[in-house]
Amino acid sequence: MYNKKIIQHFTNPKFFGKIKNPDAVGNAGNPRCGDLLTLYLKVDNPPANKTKKITDIRFQTLGCASAIAASDMICELAKGKTLDKALKISFKDVSKSLGVLPPLKIHCAQLVTEALRDAIGKYKKLSG
Amino acid sequence: MKQGAKIYLDYAATTPIDKKVLKAMAPYFSEKYGNPTSIHSWGQEAQTAIDKAREQVAKFLNCKSSEIVFTGSASESDNFAIRGLLKALKRCKRAGEKIHIITSQIEHKAVLETCYDLEKENVKITYLPVGNDGIINLDDLKAEIIPETDLVSIMYVNNETGAIQPIQKIGRLLEEINKNKEHRIFFHTDAVQAANWLNCDVVEKLGVDLFTLSGHKIYGPKGIGVLYIRQGTPISSMITGGDQEWGLRAGTGNVAAIAGLGFALEQIKIQDTRYKIQTEKLRDKLVKGVLTKVSESQLNGPEKPKERAPHIANFSFRGVEGESLVISLDQEGIGASTGSACTSRALLPSHVLMAMGLSELQAHSSLRVSLGKYTTTREIDYFLKVLWTVVERLRKISGR
Ligand SMILES: Cc1ncc(COP(=O)(O)O)c(C=O)c1O
Ligand code: FES
Repeated sequence: MYNKKIIQHFTNPKFFGKIKNPDAVGNAGNPRCGDLLTLYLKVDNPPANKTKKITDIRFQTLGCASAIAASDMICELAKGKTLDKALKISFKDVSKSLGVLPPLKIHCAQLVTEALRDAIGKYKKLSG
Repeated sequence: MKQGAKIYLDYAATTPIDKKVLKAMAPYFSEKYGNPTSIHSWGQEAQTAIDKAREQVAKFLNCKSSEIVFTGSASESDNFAIRGLLKALKRCKRAGEKIHIITSQIEHKAVLETCYDLEKENVKITYLPVGNDGIINLDDLKAEIIPETDLVSIMYVNNETGAIQPIQKIGRLLEEINKNKEHRIFFHTDAVQAANWLNCDVVEKLGVDLFTLSGHKIYGPKGIGVLYIRQGTPISSMITGGDQEWGLRAGTGNVAAIAGLGFALEQIKIQDTRYKIQTEKLRDKLVKGVLTKVSESQLNGPEKPKERAPHIANFSFRGVEGESLVISLDQEGIGASTGSACTSRALLPSHVLMAMGLSELQAHSSLRVSLGKYTTTREIDYFLKVLWTVVERLRKISGR
């Protein structure tokens, strides 16, 4: 059912865990089916003329193997990116980077992009 | 346990074919390949095999062989029992007369989806609830019976929790009610998960009219089922064509599978309780091991060991999702299953666990472990060790 890449990110995720004082926390999930996802972000503080970047990112995911793999993948994709670039990461990017998720699992990739957008949205609101 | 050993703990999903069963089937592929309806010796050879199997089934159920119909699966048997009965009943009902079926919320999809489908044809269906233990309440059943009630369909053993339903008591209750009722209430039970363990004397003990069995849960082949139809029960064919199976199920008989199913049933010795006791011991070890080793774990289903079939145990673990749990176990060579929404096409958690009052999250984190005749103590020990590691790993990832 799953390809090697998905299994690899599921078996050895690099980005799971919490960040101690995160600059933003994003949530997503479908409480009806029980999936819950949290992303923690650290954002740098560059001079005013430079754009802000995600310096660290971690996830905690209660969900299927795809959701865990997709969480790990979105962290990999978002780390080092500017906030605006990170906002543009789509579920298709996540799916493609994992060598395409099975059709029934696309919503797991949607879930992780939602969590990232939630986190960035909250950060932007807070920092005005 | 050796490195790379594979441990199958999903016997409720399917069982391997017993070597002796396979041997009993082997001649009917390319040696004795006749069509059982042919009148020459090739045909007679095949027909003899079917006759023999039918007798083996009849002996197991303590009924007449003329009351046995072979089908293509237990799902087909369930469909046939319900739809076939209704079709026959409709023909003798007056216009506008209602049809009413009582079933339960925890039936196998083969029964439930059939009932949902029939609702679209204006059949009234009542879905009985179950308690936290996953067992229906006889008083609930009694309360739902109305003059129009035609059929009660309740499974013998639930396939997710192993909860044993009070089939014998329902049989007696319906017998009493039928004495004073204008038309009879027929009684169907899906006994697919019970056949290895419980009394299947359909006439004397259970008092059922329709009884479903499957080949592949009893160390026999897949794609073969049985429907027992008590003599005198109205039923119409759902697959029309040739006059095989008393004209009730057309299609050339699957001779090898039929022979295999008959032989597999003959191997089951319900009276010999040694195997049952041995499996119950293994199950109790499993349950105790899981609950003591894995923190914040729970057993789903009846608490009393007597109320559960020996081969199934269903658990939930806080902070773990079932699909990732099953995949992680598989990576360690262990096969089990889950009622998590993440494994269902509709993204809905197990209807059985939900009917028992579990929360979505509890159903989401469920694991069904089912044992069989090749399960060993060492396998259970190994499973317990691996389970703990895997649950801890997934809890770290979920942080919940
Ligand atoms: C209780 C019950 N009924 C019916 C079935 C369906 O059996 P079959 O695969 O033979 O259609 C199963 C097995 O999945 C079952 O556990
Ligand atoms: S998280 Fe539920 S299906 Fe992927």
